[in-house]
Amino acid sequence: MSDLAWIDAALTAARPQAIGALLRYFRDLDTAEEAFQEACLRALRNWPDKGPPRDPAAWLILVGRNAGVDTVRKLSRQEALPDEAAISDLEDAEADLVERLDGADYRDDILRLLFVCCHPDLPATQQIALALRIVSGLSVRQIARAFLVGESAMEQRITRAKGKIAKAGVPFEAPGPVERAERLAAVAAMIYLVFNEGYSAGPAVDDARAGLAEEAIRLVRLLLRLFPTEPEIMGLAALLLLQHARAAARFDAEGEVVLLDDQDRALWNRGMIAEGLALIDKAMRHRRPGPYQVQAAIAALHARAATPADTDWAQIDQLYAALERLQPSPVITLNRAVAVSKVAGPEAALALIAPLAGRLDGYFHFHGLKGALLTQLGRTEEARAAFGQAIGLANTPAEAAHIRARLDGLVQSS
Amino acid sequence: MLYAILCYNDEATVGAWSKAEEDKVMADLWAVQEPYVQAGRMGPVARLLPTTAATTLRKNGDEPLVIDGPFAETKEQLLGFYVVDCDDLDGALTLARDLAKANPGLGSYEIRPVLTHRAGTLPA
Repeated sequence: MSDLAWIDAALTAARPQAIGALLRYFRDLDTAEEAFQEACLRALRNWPDKGPPRDPAAWLILVGRNAGVDTVRKLSRQEALPDEAAISDLEDAEADLVERLDGADYRDDILRLLFVCCHPDLPATQQIALALRIVSGLSVRQIARAFLVGESAMEQRITRAKGKIAKAGVPFEAPGPVERAERLAAVAAMIYLVFNEGYSAGPAVDDARAGLAEEAIRLVRLLLRLFPTEPEIMGLAALLLLQHARAAARFDAEGEVVLLDDQDRALWNRGMIAEGLALIDKAMRHRRPGPYQVQAAIAALHARAATPADTDWAQIDQLYAALERLQPSPVITLNRAVAVSKVAGPEAALALIAPLAGRLDGYFHFHGLKGALLTQLGRTEEARAAFGQAIGLANTPAEAAHIRARLDGLVQSS
Repeated sequence: MLYAILCYNDEATVGAWSKAEEDKVMADLWAVQEPYVQAGRMGPVARLLPTTAATTLRKNGDEPLVIDGPFAETKEQLLGFYVVDCDDLDGALTLARDLAKANPGLGSYEIRPVLTHRAGTLPA
């Protein structure tokens, strides 16, 4: 890896902490971002010669503050700070210096930065775009490509989102325990959205979108480092890792969906599975179950099964029942029906989803599953009708192709 | 003499490597180890999951305390280790220097002479 690649990784890793601290200091997102940009430029000039500082985030905060202070005249009464060449030589003193300058808990800085991105006034797509821009540091171009929109449209979307945040006012006081828990929950939900944005993209869509899943994993690891004892954050991290571990097996060479049962498990990422299993084990020790933990526990049962036949469907059925209690939703009942079909047969599963027809009529997976269950029961005509409805509701070309394959299967067998 | 070479680095930075960067580093590190493996001088090598996956059991009194994560919060985390047979400290430092060269960025290698060693029974 070249010097520049390493510096790039260090800047990316330091970004949330540095921008979080600069945001607290300047109380303005744009100023904080500009100050950070300037600090990064100086890092790129300085680090290759001087060698990187021991604590890149501390260096960037100091230099960013300095740069921002230069820009923002109203703060000129602040004591002048040492220039960055001098700071590089301070080594151990750096962290200490930052401690004195930015005494507050940097954990709350990062949480605040993440939290402003999930302001309730912002629609989900704006939350995601903003988090990717501000926290992850993706360029507007990269984000636009991930969302399959033009660059200027994405630029506008982000500007609008920032405008709303500025109007709403960023909460700068350190949060109390209840507020901190609320922020944490909002941020966790936003990270899950980022992940799903990437996860739901088929392989036909270019890498930009698939990269969002990895970005979400990076964000949840960051959150976990800040809150290492929160079982739901462990659960979310485990869930994302266990789901993403299957990425290489989820689509075939033609870009078509490969269902869990048919996936080549040798393609599953063992490292991610190991980390996911370790995290869900840790989370469950706390005996404070939540929706992310239960979903991760379900994913863990799939990950632990060497072959589809080894899957503990009875346990998965129970976990879905627990999830229904925690978070009642027809989509969860639909997922439970898959487990029920394995444990008690397709008839029982059909009975379970029958009452959902009204609420899930516009939902691709409802008709897809219904078609599959009817196929198992040999009710070909009804299956054909269900698949027909599913195709009309497919969200991606890969989904539509999958249903077309099921329809072809019906034609051949009848 | 057996040495444990303990590798410390900032796991957030290591976690920000792209897949291509990660693969390159791992290949470079393997190139450093390979001669030791061929010579039959390399013992167990482990790369550890991030400290977020760790649990600590702290023995303070009668009832040990189980806590999440490593006990001390530090800038650099233990990311992995090698156990290797070297002639002397200079030999171990040579290996550590080569590993450091193959590894981008900062971090440190702690060279700890091993007092007792059991080969263990796990297959590689």
